[in-house]
Amino acid sequence: MTFEPEPFAERPALVPPLAAAPPLEVQRAQEERLLNVWKSPAGWRYWSDVNNTSVGLWYLVTTCGFFLFGGILALIIRVQLAVPNNDFVSANTYHQVFTLHGSVMMFLFAVPILEAFSVYILPAMTGARDLPFPRLSAYGFWCFLFGGVFVCISIFFNMAPRGGWFMYPPLTTAYQQDVGADIWLLGLTFIEISSLALAVELIVGVLKCRPPGMRVNLMPLYAWYILVVAVMIVFAFPPLIAGDVLLEMERAFDWPFFDPARGGDPLLWQHLFWIFGHPEVYIVFLPSVALVAMIVPTFARRPLIGYGWIVLAAVGTGFLSFGLWVHHMFTTGLPGITLALFSAASQAVAVPTGVQIFCFLATVMAGRVAWSAAMMFIVGGLATFIIGGLTGVMIALVPFDFQAHDSYFIVGHLHYVLVGGTIFPIVGGIYYYYPLARSKALSERLGKTAFWLMTIGFNITFFPMHITGLWGMPRRVYTYAAGRGFEELNLLSTVGAFVLASGFAIVLWDILRPKRKQPLIKRNPWNAGTLDWAGRVPTMNWGIRSIPEIDGRYPLWEQPNLLRDIDEGRYFLPDAEEGLRETLVTSVIDARPEQCLRVAGPSYMPFIAAAFTAGFFILATFYYWLLATTSGIAAVVMLIAWAWRGTGAIPEKRAKDIGLGVTLPLYRSGPASVGWWAMFITMLGDFTAFMSLVFGYFFYWTSRDGFPPDPLTGPGTFWPLVGGGLLLAAWVATVVARYANRRERAAGMYMALLVAVVLALAGSLALFAGPWTTGLNPTEHVYPATVWVLVGWTILHVLLGVLMLVFCAARRAAGKLTSEYDADIVNVLLYWHFLALTAAITVAVVAGFPLVA
Amino acid sequence: MLNLITYFYSAPFVPGILLADVWHGKHSALEPAGTAASEIATLFWAMAVGAAVIWLSMIVLGVYCFRTHQGMHPPRLPWFIIGGGMAVPSVVLAVLLGFGLSAMPRLVGPAPEGSLRVHVTGEQWWWRVSYEHPQGLDTQRVELANEIHLPVDRAVEFVLDSADVIHSFWIPSLAGKVDTFPGRETRLVVTPTSEGVYQGICAEFCGGAHAWMEFTVVVESPEAFDAWLAEQATPSNTLHDEGATRGRTLFRQQGCGACHSIRGNVARSRVGPDLTHVGSRHSIAAGRLPNDRLSLVRWLRDPKGLKPEALMPSFAMLSDEDLESLAAYLHGLK
Repeated sequence: MTFEPEPFAERPALVPPLAAAPPLEVQRAQEERLLNVWKSPAGWRYWSDVNNTSVGLWYLVTTCGFFLFGGILALIIRVQLAVPNNDFVSANTYHQVFTLHGSVMMFLFAVPILEAFSVYILPAMTGARDLPFPRLSAYGFWCFLFGGVFVCISIFFNMAPRGGWFMYPPLTTAYQQDVGADIWLLGLTFIEISSLALAVELIVGVLKCRPPGMRVNLMPLYAWYILVVAVMIVFAFPPLIAGDVLLEMERAFDWPFFDPARGGDPLLWQHLFWIFGHPEVYIVFLPSVALVAMIVPTFARRPLIGYGWIVLAAVGTGFLSFGLWVHHMFTTGLPGITLALFSAASQAVAVPTGVQIFCFLATVMAGRVAWSAAMMFIVGGLATFIIGGLTGVMIALVPFDFQAHDSYFIVGHLHYVLVGGTIFPIVGGIYYYYPLARSKALSERLGKTAFWLMTIGFNITFFPMHITGLWGMPRRVYTYAAGRGFEELNLLSTVGAFVLASGFAIVLWDILRPKRKQPLIKRNPWNAGTLDWAGRVPTMNWGIRSIPEIDGRYPLWEQPNLLRDIDEGRYFLPDAEEGLRETLVTSVIDARPEQCLRVAGPSYMPFIAAAFTAGFFILATFYYWLLATTSGIAAVVMLIAWAWRGTGAIPEKRAKDIGLGVTLPLYRSGPASVGWWAMFITMLGDFTAFMSLVFGYFFYWTSRDGFPPDPLTGPGTFWPLVGGGLLLAAWVATVVARYANRRERAAGMYMALLVAVVLALAGSLALFAGPWTTGLNPTEHVYPATVWVLVGWTILHVLLGVLMLVFCAARRAAGKLTSEYDADIVNVLLYWHFLALTAAITVAVVAGFPLVA
Repeated sequence: MLNLITYFYSAPFVPGILLADVWHGKHSALEPAGTAASEIATLFWAMAVGAAVIWLSMIVLGVYCFRTHQGMHPPRLPWFIIGGGMAVPSVVLAVLLGFGLSAMPRLVGPAPEGSLRVHVTGEQWWWRVSYEHPQGLDTQRVELANEIHLPVDRAVEFVLDSADVIHSFWIPSLAGKVDTFPGRETRLVVTPTSEGVYQGICAEFCGGAHAWMEFTVVVESPEAFDAWLAEQATPSNTLHDEGATRGRTLFRQQGCGACHSIRGNVARSRVGPDLTHVGSRHSIAAGRLPNDRLSLVRWLRDPKGLKPEALMPSFAMLSDEDLESLAAYLHGLK
């Protein structure tokens, strides 16, 4: 039987809150229960916490720590370049320093800080008590911490990567045989995976965990931006992960993907890297604009003008950013027409950026601006960013890029974009949101001092670089000779860097200085209009006292008595009767309540699973295959245990009254459930990585002669077709199992699952037999290597799929999966849909394509 | 302050600082001496002025927006956003794109038929340069290292590739840069317009001594160029003083020929730079040192100290006298 929620839609649009507050003693009892349920564990158990405010805080502190580390590396760079022929550090150290500076700032600061910010404040903005998968956030955080520390400490052992943050082969394959490049590839792939996990979490958080009534056109702009950015992460990171896989396969097993002597092509890496790398720029820029879009209306004391325009511009930027990557490759000798097309596309992205800036200008024009340190950082950041945008338009023009590319002009440009567009708004965001987190204010005076030091220092540092670049100074030189005219400007840049650093030091001091004697802030100190400021002072761990129904973009400005009604528990979920952590799940478009979601509480499982996952990647870096495999298996076991114990629990009752006469189910499966969405989004990312490998196959076909070789050396058509057929049959059997389960036919379901497992394993073997029986040797040439990588990818996914089928059978046997509570098998089937597509494409490419090529 | 302290502290220990600086000629994209570079420089100045105007307008507009206290929603605001955010940028960008891309055929088009063709291979960390033989002897290329001569006002086509990793071939005064790849040929057409000495550099990070991968470009009259190329095509002429003769013997004994080639001598290996006329070049070690005997001795003694990870082995085990003889021999290879 299927389970339908209460027909909430038939109620009038706005549920009025309770007319009278519940009696005070009822309120107190509710508050006590809520506090009890949501409180962080005490003592050393604190580190098992998974709540978004704890994890978000750790995340923020960690990313800021990496930022300081990256900043110190930057100062080392500037000291080294202060004078010609300097030997402050050796060339080898310098190469490690600049590689790590770029990698740390991009992978360990810029992307994670947006996710950290979002983990912390997104639930507050959307009236949720937590993100839908708190343990996934915790797992992502611990992975990030372990991986990041591993990458960073490598420099203290003189082992750090030294190929530049874009790691171009063949320099990073045959010419750097030490472990540095492996640390980069495995350490950062690991972090990319954790970034992806967080992106999935944030997408589901935005789509499914909003308060009732907050339709998509009423979402805070921050949520829109984060949605766009998280979707971009899902499609941008996988090509890099695919590239990492190929590069690491070449380094570890000599599969010649980038070795031209054996048919490989170093340009493939550049394509894969920049298909990631250009969206990455917007992935780190848009969240900062999101902060701007929250801060500007608050200080302009009016709603933002051009909400729809901004949303369109953000979405447009997201789309366009995937069509620009070749502008990082203008000097690689690509055909003129390609260059012209990408040049035009790169110019076009300036338009949505212009729209966003004019929306902000319109808002301040129509409002009455109150100044504060936060606002200064926003305005100064945008003014700086516009310079970076203008130089960006200049270098997007191919002819000029021929000169500017890989020179210090680019170094100047990219820092104007990233510091102006990302870091200044983040510092502004810290000044704005610090009171939300700590209930104490930062010092306006220190903030403004820091602002001026940073602005002046920044411009002294980076403006001269445009000139040194055009005067002929290439980037990434560890030193330069005297007498070239570079001395004065470089010295100036170095002086500026220390002024800039002093500004950051002041911000750091402002954050860390003791504030015990400082009074608590008043509630909603900036008089903002969005739900994130509905929290009490001091902050309560429960997130929001009761979840209101929203009917505007600035509910605190527009809905009278909202704070009182929230506080007195007059809205939804004012209580935690069962002593479980609960939040609301609503529909994607209209935000109609669909489910009362039980979210997970504190657990060490994410920490342990992350430790084993880290073990796998770190041990593999040093080619300790046995230990790495052991650690990897332990991680998988841990993840299975986590899925077994921590997910999809059957609730003690079907539905629950969440207040105001609304009853919601406690369990959903299929597209109404958060788990289904998470699986769907994860598989989109996974499938993108697979398609990047397929892209590699066709790239070789277009760029290299003799691909596929003629006469063909494998893998034939017979075995791949048999394998594909068996896998599709396994997929059909999985469909049958899912419906047998729904119809309460346990025997049929077990039988179908068994058939699916057998067919899947047989299909894998057949797929393996294709290249195996034809003797394809992956180290010989890029063709066999590419065939093997596609087949290997598919087989690995089949094995994972088999594990899931067995899991479903076990869940059913244990009574944790029933015809009514069937989210497990529905999600597994979704995985299998993607798997079937993957298998079909693999077979079509490796067996079918050579026939038509 | 810190950097100055570092400077004074480190000066006594840095050989580079004590050396005479090598002057390689001009190397600024803003002082063009070639058709492509001039066109790009003009484009740059036009864009730089345009960008400055746009930025200042935005700042003025911003100040105005912050200063007005309308406190209301002006009815024409959508036009402000559409006009300022979309219409104006679209028009400006379209014009710029038309203007900029119209230069493309001249910048990436093929060289005219019969143009001089120069093959350049990037290697860690020097440039192998080879000319087709002036008498059209196909089998024989005129090979040298880190130095290129070009006739003024003639289009030259560079055929570029790499022996190892990716490098990027850049002569800022003459043209934009083009990357060089192993297993793939790229091309660059350059038309120098004024005589002089210019510096070229590697712009793509290529490992250890990336910072010291330079080359000299001499633009001269067609007659001077022809004479130079004819001279380069001949075998080396050796000094016959005592030191140089000893150096020649040492060169053979020490196995220098295992990597280097000197036409007219027995050495024929193409692993390292061709030394046939090394004495006539502007600098040695890809721009790291001036071309004099003292520098040659320093280089022979400690290549890795001067250029990190340099592949040339050290000959520090030789006596000063031996090193000086070798230097005398090499310096005499004009």
